Parts: sequence; C-alpha cells; structure tokens
Amino acid sequence: MTGPRSAPRRVAIVAGVRTPFVKAGTLFKSLSAIELGRQCVAELLQRTALDAREVQAVVYGTVVPNVQAPNIAREVSLIPHLPKGVDAWSVSRACASASQAIADAADQVALGHLDVAIAGGAESLSNPPILHSRAFSDVLLQANKARSIGQKLEAFAKVRPRDLVPVTPAIAEPTTGETMGQSAEKMAKLNGITRAEQDEWALRSHRLAAAGTRDGRLTAEMFPVYVPPKYAQVATADNGIREDTSLEQLASLKPVFDKRYGSVTAGNASPLTDGAAAVLLMSEEKADALGHRPLGFLRSYAAAALDPGEQLLQAPVLAAPIALRRAGLALADIDLVEMHEAFAAQVLSNLRGFESQEWAERAGLSRPLGAVDRDRLNVMGGSIAIGHPFGATGARLLLTLLNELGRRGGRFGLLTVCAAGGLGFAMVVERA
Amino acid sequence: MSTATAPVSPLAMTVEEGVALLVLDVPGQPVNTFTAAAQDALRDAFDTCERDPAVRAIVVTSGKPGSFVAGADIEQFLGWTTPADGERASREGQAQFARIAAGKPVVAAIHGACLGGGLEFAMACHWRIATDDPKTGLGLPEVQLGLVPGAGGTQRLPQLVGLQAALDMILTGKTVRAKKALSLGLVDELVHPAILRRVALERARELAQGTRTRRERETKPQAFLLEENPIGRAVVFRQAREKVMQRTKGLYPAPLAALEAVAAGYQGDDAQGYRTEARLFGELSMTPECRELVHLFFATTALKKDFGVDGEVPPRLPIAKLGILGAGFMGAGIASVASPAGTLVRLKDASTERVAKGLAAVRDVLKEKLVRKQVTRPRFDELLLQVSGTTDYTGFADVDLVIEAVFEELQVKQQVVREVEAVIPPHAIVASNTSTIPIARIAQASQRPARVLGMHFFSPVHRMPLLEVITHPGTDPQVTATVVEYGRQLGKTVIVVRDGPGFYANRILAPYVNAAGLLLDEGVAIEAIDEALVQFGFPVGPITLVDEVGLDVATKAGKIVADAFGARMAPNESLPRVIAAGRLGRKGKSGFYAYDEAGKKGGVDASVYQLLPTGARRTTVPAERIVQRCVYAMLNEAVLALEDGILRSPRDGDVGAVFGIGFPPFRGGPFRYIDRVGALSVVETLDLLERDYPGRYVAARTLREMAARGGRFHGEGGGAR
Repeated sequence: MTGPRSAPRRVAIVAGVRTPFVKAGTLFKSLSAIELGRQCVAELLQRTALDAREVQAVVYGTVVPNVQAPNIAREVSLIPHLPKGVDAWSVSRACASASQAIADAADQVALGHLDVAIAGGAESLSNPPILHSRAFSDVLLQANKARSIGQKLEAFAKVRPRDLVPVTPAIAEPTTGETMGQSAEKMAKLNGITRAEQDEWALRSHRLAAAGTRDGRLTAEMFPVYVPPKYAQVATADNGIREDTSLEQLASLKPVFDKRYGSVTAGNASPLTDGAAAVLLMSEEKADALGHRPLGFLRSYAAAALDPGEQLLQAPVLAAPIALRRAGLALADIDLVEMHEAFAAQVLSNLRGFESQEWAERAGLSRPLGAVDRDRLNVMGGSIAIGHPFGATGARLLLTLLNELGRRGGRFGLLTVCAAGGLGFAMVVERA
Repeated sequence: MSTATAPVSPLAMTVEEGVALLVLDVPGQPVNTFTAAAQDALRDAFDTCERDPAVRAIVVTSGKPGSFVAGADIEQFLGWTTPADGERASREGQAQFARIAAGKPVVAAIHGACLGGGLEFAMACHWRIATDDPKTGLGLPEVQLGLVPGAGGTQRLPQLVGLQAALDMILTGKTVRAKKALSLGLVDELVHPAILRRVALERARELAQGTRTRRERETKPQAFLLEENPIGRAVVFRQAREKVMQRTKGLYPAPLAALEAVAAGYQGDDAQGYRTEARLFGELSMTPECRELVHLFFATTALKKDFGVDGEVPPRLPIAKLGILGAGFMGAGIASVASPAGTLVRLKDASTERVAKGLAAVRDVLKEKLVRKQVTRPRFDELLLQVSGTTDYTGFADVDLVIEAVFEELQVKQQVVREVEAVIPPHAIVASNTSTIPIARIAQASQRPARVLGMHFFSPVHRMPLLEVITHPGTDPQVTATVVEYGRQLGKTVIVVRDGPGFYANRILAPYVNAAGLLLDEGVAIEAIDEALVQFGFPVGPITLVDEVGLDVATKAGKIVADAFGARMAPNESLPRVIAAGRLGRKGKSGFYAYDEAGKKGGVDASVYQLLPTGARRTTVPAERIVQRCVYAMLNEAVLALEDGILRSPRDGDVGAVFGIGFPPFRGGPFRYIDRVGALSVVETLDLLERDYPGRYVAARTLREMAARGGRFHGEGGGAR
C-alpha cells in the first residue's frame, strides 16, 4: 500500500458492461435503479472471472434517489456475489454522476487506498417519486404521532381537497425555475443553432446508433437483461433507436419549450430512459498481477461550473480544456470523442463553444480548442438515439469510447458530459 | 493411580440464587439424544433438586450449539424383542416426565432442534422459552419411524396446542418453527439466542416466587366448537382418520395408532391415555414397518458419511460457481436448488427465449419458498440474482462445476463437452445429467476425462431427493467426493454408482414398468395394475408413473436397457402402440389417464384401450400376482445391478430405490425386502414366474447362492449400517 506522499498510480479500466438502455415506461418499468444497478454489477462479476474477494469498493451514482434507500451504491454492493465487507458510497453530479463516481474510485486507486473498485451508475425514470403536498404531509405526520383514533381523525379533518394534489417533480433548476428544455432552447437561440441543424444531428445520432446495433459494435458492450420477476421479456438492445427516422419526420414535430420561436423538439432531445452501467477499475499493477488486459487507462479528468442561469449546459466547454491540459494533450491528439447529447442544441452549442475565442478566453486559453472532427465524434450515435439514464450515461460514454478506440487502434479518447446546475465534466483516456 | 479416565457426565448442574441450571451435553455426539446415560443423569439431577431445599426452581438447557434434544436413542429400539419391552420403556419415560411435571417449577430453554422425546420432556416442564432463530424447530417425528410418541407426547401436545394442531403435528411428524410454535402456544415466549439463559433463569425465579403463572391457552371460537366437546372431537377424529387412510392407504399402522392414543386421552381418566400410548408404542416397535423405517433411517444417516470412494477420502473442492448447459426443465431445476445452497449459477442455452423460460422456471420454484414464508422478500430477490443467464460462454471462465442438461443425445452432449472445456478453468468438473447415455461415451469427447462423471437428478429436481452420482473407470476420486459433498449441500440423498446402462434407478425401474406393460398386453385393466402396486406401497402405480415421466422418455430409456440386457427387458406391445398414437402422457395432456386443461389428472382414459392388443376385452389377474410380476422383476434386477458392480452396496440399493423411484419406505428397499421374505422364497417365486414368462425372471446367481446357504444381504439381526 502506497503512502499519501508517493506518486499517484496509474488507473486501469479493466472491463465494463451495461444494460440495454430502454425508454422509461417500457421493458424496465418494473425495475428500480437499485435493481438495475445490482443486475449490472452482478453481470460484470459473472463476466470478468474476478475473484469477488478482490473488490474493495463500489462507487455508484444516480440522480433521482430512492428515498427509502438513498445510498444506491451500498445496496448495489450488497449483492450476494460480493463480500459484505466491500465499502460503498453514492455520488450525485446530475447527468455526470457516473463520471464522477468513476473519478472518485479512480482517485482512491491512484492514491493507493484501493486496488480494485467498481464504479458506474443507474437510473429508473419509469417510476419517478411522487410527493404529497406539504399540507398533506403535515397531516400524515400528525396522524402518525396520534395516540388515539380521535386524535387521528382530528388530523385528517384538516385536509382540504387541494392538499391532495400530488407534487410531481419537474426537471427544473431550483435557482432559476427554468426546465432543462427551456435552457436548451435558450442556448439554441444564443448560439444560433437552427432547427435544421438540430434535426440533422438527431438523424445522425439515430443512423449511426442503428448501424452500430446492426453490426454488433454497440451491443457488444451490453448484456441481455431478462426482466425479473416474470422473465417474460428480454431486453437485448437499446429500444429508443429509430433506424427509419427521417428529416421529414423530425421536422414535423412541434417545438416543446417555445411554441412560437422554438427549435427544441422531442425528436432532437434525449428521451427519458432506464438503464445501468458499471466499469471495473484497478491499479495497473493489480491488473497485471491478476492477468487482466485493461481496456485502457484514465489519463485525466476535470470538472467545471458556470451560472445555471447563463447557459445551463455549456460547462463542458470549460471542462474539456482543463482535462486536455492535465493530460498534456491537444484536441488534435484525440483519436475519438464521445459527447453526451442531452439535446442536439446543447451538443452543437458545445461544439461551437470549442471553436469560440470568447469561450477559450473564459477557459483560460489563448486560442480555441478547435473544431472536433465529425468522423471522430459520437461515431455510433449518442444519447439522443441510445437514450440517457441520467445516472448511467457517464459510464456508458466511457465504455463506448474505450471499446471503439480499441477497434480503431486509436490511442487517446475524450468524453464530455453536461449536467444540471451548470456543471460540466470531461475525461481523457489512453488505450493500453 | 487410576489408568482409566472417568466418563464425562452428560449433565452439568449449578445452583445459583435458588435456581438449578442443568446443561445437557451428551459426549461424543453432535446432538443430544436421551441415551441411557443421559436419562440416568437427568433422573439423578432431578431427584437431587427435589430433595434440596435450596433449589426452588430448575432450568434445563442444552450445551450443544444449534440443538436442544433431538429425540430418543433409536439404537435402543433394536434391542427390544417383545412388545412388552417397548411398552415398559414408554411407561418409564412417561413416569419420569410425570414426576418432573408434578415437582418444582421447571423451565425448558430451547435453542435449535427439539424433537421427539426432547419435546415430550419440554412439554412436561412448566414453562418453555425458545429462541427466535431459524435453527429452532419443535416436532414429534415418531410417526416417520413407524412409532408414536412414547413419553406422553400424545397426551400433552393436545392439551397445549389443541386437538387439531396436535393431530396435524403428530400424524405428519412435521417440525414447526419458532414463530409458529409461539402462535400455537407450544412455547411461551421467544427470545434472542444471546439472552436465552438469562431470561430462563429469571422466569424460573418468578415461577418459584409465584409472580408468574401460566396463561391458559385461548381457544378460538371455531376450535371451541370442534375441540371442547365430544361430538365435535368425534368429527375431528373421523376427518383425521379419513385423511390418514387416503394418504397411507392403510399401509402405515403408526398414524392410526397415534389417533387411537390421542383419542384415548379424552376418554376415561387421565391414566387411560398414557396407558394406551405405552401399549401402542410397544406394539408398533415390533412391527416390520417400524423396523424397516428405523433401518432406513440408519442407512440414510450412514450414507451421509459415505463419499463413494474406496480408501481415504480426498479433500473436497469447494463449488462456489456452477455453470449449467441447457435451461430446460432439468437445467432450471438444478439451478433452483443450487442458488439456495449458496452457489452462483450461470445458466446457458441457445437463445434468449430459452434462457428466459429457464429463469422463469427457477423463479417459479423459488416463489414457492416465498409464498410459504420460508424466505423473506429480500432473500428471494437475492436468490434470483444469484442465477444469471447467457447465450454464450461468458461467465464460464471461473466455474468450479459444469452440469450439462442438454438434449438427451450422445452427439449433442459430446459437442457441448468439447465446447465448454475450451472455456472452463482446468480444475472444473464436468458432470452430465444424462439418464440413459453411458458416462464413458460422454467422457470420450473430453480432454480431461478424469474430471468427468454423471450427476443424475430426478424430476422435478426441487422435490425428488435422490441424486445418482455415476463414475466411469477414469473418474478421479477427488472429483467423486467433491460432487457427492456438493450433492448433499443441495439437500440431496446421494448414492454413487458405476457406469452402466440405466445406471441404477432407471435400470431397476425398467423391468418393473415392462411387467406392467405386459399385463396391459394381456388385457388387465389399467386401474387394477396401478391400484395393486399402490396397495403394495408405491406412491403411484407404474402406469401413472409412465404418464408422469412421459411415454417418450420411458420408451427411450426402455430401449437403452433392452438393447443392453436383452431378453429379460424385451419390451411390451402396449407402450409403443400408445405413443405411436401421439399420446405422450401428462406433458401432452393425453396418455393412459385423462388430463384436464390445467394438466390435472383425472380417471383412466378409456379410449386408450382401443390402442391396446386386447382392445375392449379385459382379463383379471389377482392383485397379488400383479405385484409379484412387477416387483419381483425389480428385485431381481436390483440384485443383478449389485452383481454387475453398479451398486457399491445393498444399502445404496435400498436407499436409491426408496428415494429415487418410490419403493415403499416401510418395506426398507429391495434388499431389505428380499431379506425379510427370504432369499429362498424369492428364488422360488422367480422360478415359478420364469416358467410362465421365460427369459424375464432368471434368478440372479447371487440370489441362488444366498438361497442355498440361507444368507442375507444385510447382517444378521438386521443391523447393517
């Protein structure tokens, strides 16, 4: 075990697997994020022939927590495959949760605190938490404390009809009141991203994802999920990919967040999705000792933040340069890029930001990063087509990136994730 | 100077603050039983306590981890030669417990198994505390050995839990778990194991001071109507008797005797019931049913220590992960017992649909446990999660054992063996679940035949107790021992047999079923055949069995042994005709019997007779003759299997037949049955049958030799362990 003053160790990403990503309310609607996470990590262990006693920690992320079991990582670590002594903690960085979980676990490995860890994330949007109004919650609490039937009835007598209306969570920024879609709409206008460009990007995402599914490159990173408890259905591929969609179909959709001048539609945004992903991290020495050939190594990562009221989803533009600088690389050195597509408007805004002098200076660069070669970007589509389980996407991007880098014989990869709250995340990996 | 060490007393006594704590720990045994030494020690200790004014109350508990008292010392029974011996032992036990019940307050502190005499003792105590622990279980299993509880159990249990609950426990011999025991009123409270003794001592003090008295059991209203008056009770007894007759066909005297003993307790004075119990206990102990059940118990106990290898037993390898090839009925069934045993299972089949069906079948079996509250919901989810499916060989790189349960055809099995060996680690064992294909042929496809053997499960896997482990000449003894131990971990009764057509269970089943088929050929009615064998003691008759197993499966198995063994297994005509007409039995909802949409069995499907040789014409054969023709074919085949070296011992043959194909347990098994009837008599009967059906009943050489010298398969006095 290395001490805190030693040089950080190189972190290997040894293996990873994900569930198919399925649209919320479909095949996985009876499964919680915890169950998806447990299935995913169980499968990772089944596949890697790793002695489970080697695993020391599970670091896992989810965005919408289960109130009765908020530490998803611990529930995932308690699968029967793993010893009960495995440590576990959960991470919350909105859509970059899995990325942060991976970074956290990697830091522990680099520091020498851990040799082997599992990291990733899961999300289930099929069953969002529905809350009682504050007034009704007060009534229930009071009734719970009541000693007699009479006291209980007294509590319930206070209920008014409007108190019974439940509160459904909207994906809105608490400090601005803007939903994410409204923020994307704003970014499209500010950055001059047209409706046509967005629809084209969505089409690109679906076409490339469909190709990757057909030829098996995309499905190689998944395992079929036999949906418990009925086992009547099996998920074998991402079910949101529309092979047959067209610009005409996309163009026919109405803008959702600005009826009059809007350009963001359901078709050029990522769908609500259920799914889970997990990767296995080890120190380089441990991977060697156990005879594993890693998929790649973590070269660097960075996070950035900006005012959510400004351009909510633009922070990757600030994070990517830091990650590249920490990696000692330029954009031209990167062979493959995976960018999370929350909205076509967002990813196109990010790309424009990489080429912008203004954003470069904000990031502390004298010159912009440059244009990202489209042939190296989201080559098997992205979140718009594949789907976006909030807590899992960061791990999915890493897996897709490393697997495809391997196929192409590339050396360096870059991934970026935008996140609610005006946060951004970027990671650079190096192939073994 | 003494050269011999004094024997360690089974009972340790300490007295503190007026309470005597008696800790029972019988040396040299993993669990406590009431051995002669234990009984003496207990009697002496109680006498001492009664005489000592410093002792105001008594606590009795066990020094064995995980068990209280598992029952009487069964070995004692075998020494009795007349009913009076057993009756006397029962009277003594009753008297001993009556003294306890009449003396100073006694608290029984129960953790773990509290069975038979152990429970009878506890019921004579004035207060029962048990631990809220999965190991804790209370029951009166004497009926399962062909006896009745003999130390007051038939009298005290109804008083404690009510008539119906008592009958349910006594007539089935079932064990009730802690929570149920509390709700029945069988125990007075449940505590965490760590505070059992402390609370027991406290209760004892309270009972001595009079600050705690026993609550009267509340009688539920409907129970009141049935149990608290003679007319209601008569109804209960009549229903119970009907149920017993239905279940046992009147072949087991013990449950009927138990009813009599319990009923006697409600007539006449208190002593009447106890006298009846003692008398019946003595009578039953001399019955052949009891003797055979006791021997069967000893045989299965001894078998648990047998690893099926000669000489020193090699260290067994742990089986942490199991790969199953084939997610069909058998593959899924094996997965459903492996998961609760703590194994991680990887279930493979050719398509996601087949894998999904297999996982659903596993879920169905595990769901039963959830419904019966044998497992909690989180545990159920965990058990399901331990089993995962695949359509490729991912997940096989770290398996310790592979069981192939693919299509029953040599080429297919050899192919999967070749494929899987390319991906499994070198130490992994490869077992085949085949029921008909010689293991040696499957092993031919293997790169490491020393690690290949057969694991023949019976269907449905989660219910059928037998596992045949089949070795070929090259099988490594460590592999055999490992698989035997794993089979026991799965809860199976394991026998090791050598490779040969039909192995053991199916081999002896074949001539039995064949004989039934020949009877059909002659025109005997289907129900007459089945009824005769059920009256002999089989759970179902041979024709029903064929319908259950599937006519196609039966035919296939029949062909294998017919090819191997020739004339004596030459097939009948009826079976092929029926299967040719497309009837497969229960699986196809059409066979010899009628099945409804749900697959439930009805009566004989009379239309099947049109397919049989004699059509509508019926012949009558006496039931005794039907039994002879079917059972003696099986007996002879069992001896041949022993002769051929398939079986390692007659004991294995008895246990295998009882647990694998339903040979009547109260007859002990084929070899014990031959011993009881006498080899000479068996040979004479075979010779007569051979005369009528040449080629089918040629007596085995071993039998003839045994008949000539008056020998037995099991030792004189019937004590083969």
